[in-house]
Amino acid sequence: MGDVPTRSPSPPVLRTSTSPTLRAGEVSFMRALVLAVPWIWLVAFLLLPTAIVLKIALSQPADGVPPFAPLMHWIGGIPHLRVTADNFKLILTDPLYRGAFLHSLRVAGLSTLICLLIGYPMALAIARAPEHWRNPLLLALMLPFWTGFLMRINAWIGLLQDNGWINTALTFCHLAPMRLLYTDTAMYIGIVYTYVPFMVLPLYARLTRLDPALLEAAGDLGAPPWRGFLSVTLPLSLPGVWAGSLLVFIPAVGEYVIPELLGGPQAQLIGRVLWNEFFENRDWPTASALACMLLVLLLIVPLATWALLSVSFRAMKQRSNPPQVVASSLRSPQ
Amino acid sequence: MLLHIEGLTVRYGTTVALHGLDLSLESGELFVLLGASGSGKTTLLRSIAGFIQPDAGRIALDGTELAGLPPHRRPVNTMFQSYALFPHMSVAANIGFGLRQQHRRRAEIAARVAEMLALVRLEGFGARRPHQLSGGQQQRVALARALAPNPRLLLLDEPLSALDRNLRVETRGELVRLQKRLGTSFILVTHDQQEALTMAGRIGVMHEGRLLQVGTPAEVYERPRSRFVAEFLGAANILPVEVRDGALLLPGLGVMVRAAIPVAAGSALLALRPERVRIGNGAVNVVDGVVTERAYAGEALTHCVRLADGTEMRVTQALHDGLGADQPAVGATVTLSWQPEACIVLPGSKPPVREREWPVLPRSGSTDTAEAEGDRVGTRV
Repeated sequence: MGDVPTRSPSPPVLRTSTSPTLRAGEVSFMRALVLAVPWIWLVAFLLLPTAIVLKIALSQPADGVPPFAPLMHWIGGIPHLRVTADNFKLILTDPLYRGAFLHSLRVAGLSTLICLLIGYPMALAIARAPEHWRNPLLLALMLPFWTGFLMRINAWIGLLQDNGWINTALTFCHLAPMRLLYTDTAMYIGIVYTYVPFMVLPLYARLTRLDPALLEAAGDLGAPPWRGFLSVTLPLSLPGVWAGSLLVFIPAVGEYVIPELLGGPQAQLIGRVLWNEFFENRDWPTASALACMLLVLLLIVPLATWALLSVSFRAMKQRSNPPQVVASSLRSPQ
Repeated sequence: MLLHIEGLTVRYGTTVALHGLDLSLESGELFVLLGASGSGKTTLLRSIAGFIQPDAGRIALDGTELAGLPPHRRPVNTMFQSYALFPHMSVAANIGFGLRQQHRRRAEIAARVAEMLALVRLEGFGARRPHQLSGGQQQRVALARALAPNPRLLLLDEPLSALDRNLRVETRGELVRLQKRLGTSFILVTHDQQEALTMAGRIGVMHEGRLLQVGTPAEVYERPRSRFVAEFLGAANILPVEVRDGALLLPGLGVMVRAAIPVAAGSALLALRPERVRIGNGAVNVVDGVVTERAYAGEALTHCVRLADGTEMRVTQALHDGLGADQPAVGATVTLSWQPEACIVLPGSKPPVREREWPVLPRSGSTDTAEAEGDRVGTRV
């Protein structure tokens, strides 16, 4: 091959690249330090407060400050534990609390459904909008958060009250005015209004990542737009539906301010009951037990829904296709 | 006639993607649309599929006008460049998707899916998810999915571009054999000229929204009608010439050259394929020059030869059995010659249509110097 340039083989470079500044022990110490931050945070601000609430829930009510008896008693130098389950027994037997729990779940469930029905088209519209329109639209969605939450709820009072804007408009159109404020309708309006952005954002995040070619492929293979939506867009956005629903459902269950300000006196939701026990009755142990029950409920409901969803998902898949891995359907599509 | 396109015009805002394009296709053809990115080939494909509504012109399939029909009503299927496989469905469900839209019976769908899986040699993969497959397997699933509803016309948008080089070359032949066996008409879009030459029944070269030339690979390669086509398909040395008494005069060298086909008098361009020029004396068409560079590419060796007037000519010689020891070194004076049949005479001596990277032939193992050199030659005509 004459003068075809042949490079002399370069000398073997096989030096190990150990860093001169950090030894293995130091590296693991640094790693532990970095990992410690979230752990300290979780212990200090989640685990510890929960433990305190649980402790109060297990103690007996007392007259005084604080309004509960200490768990530990020293009798003759020997510690005695005085734990009671009475508070939990009361909650589980008294129909007031059971009703409040059920009512809260119902209100939160219905609110989540309404948020989904309003939020899905919104998220889809923003995700399909021209690219330079998406950020302004998202900003518009988030804009209400720039003003105080109580302010916005008070604005709704102004809109909904008997001589408010809505009723004024109705009378102007020669229609009978309606009683809106302090009804369930007003409460649902308030909750849905407040939580719709929490539904839209995860849905939007999911829908923008959807490859538009997938929908084109569905159309190309003979699926009209609505069937393309049902067979491609909707199933692939289910993780977003799930995330958005949880973001709405969980805070809505414990919602206190909106039912208090917009809802009627009959709307005895768990948040309101809890508030009353704590501040009106000064029954800290019962209130704490309620809080613990709420926490357990909020852990159980999403997990149960998830299990139910994946079972039904699997059944749906098995009808049309050979068996598949369900977990992968909840994973992102590459 | 299967497909008839007439005066097809597509505009994106102020830019015109297709300029009144005409094209006719016979049934059973494998037609390749070749062009650089932005040449409008994908726009043409998407207009046929129905994703783009043309601003003017007509597209008729089997004599039926397609304009106004949404994609799901057209008997045309697309194999997408990204494959666009449904990630939440199994391979079998992907392939059966088009059949389910036609409301075929379940047993019929299952049989057709099995048939398609066998066709693309993916038996036993029906239950897998797309992400569990390799790129080559995904490509075959995409092909099977597009073929399953038995379309009148299959559109393939850069079907091989996502594959490794070796797999790509292998798949070319497979795709051609498959097309022959099924007899389905294919329109395949590519920017790879080798892909176009090896696969096509006919090639259409696209540039700036126009079809510059349509013909068999040999026709388009041997008899390009414009400088762009000559340079886009394979490499070409372009020399300005004056045509006098049926012969070509290279003005800078004062050398007369003979072409095999008669040409009209006037100024013209002479295009010479690097592999049709020989190093060594011949009976006719002889020029002298000095070797300035050489690029080794495994199966061939390309010399850059500077002629007396400063023009650089590329000469590619296949390395058969010799090891290239007898090839001239850099700095050597050589004589170049070519047959009259090698002369491609192009009209006019317009400046280059645009700066472009020279396609380096052959692709494998081409060195950086070869590409850099190619650029210089290509622009300094």
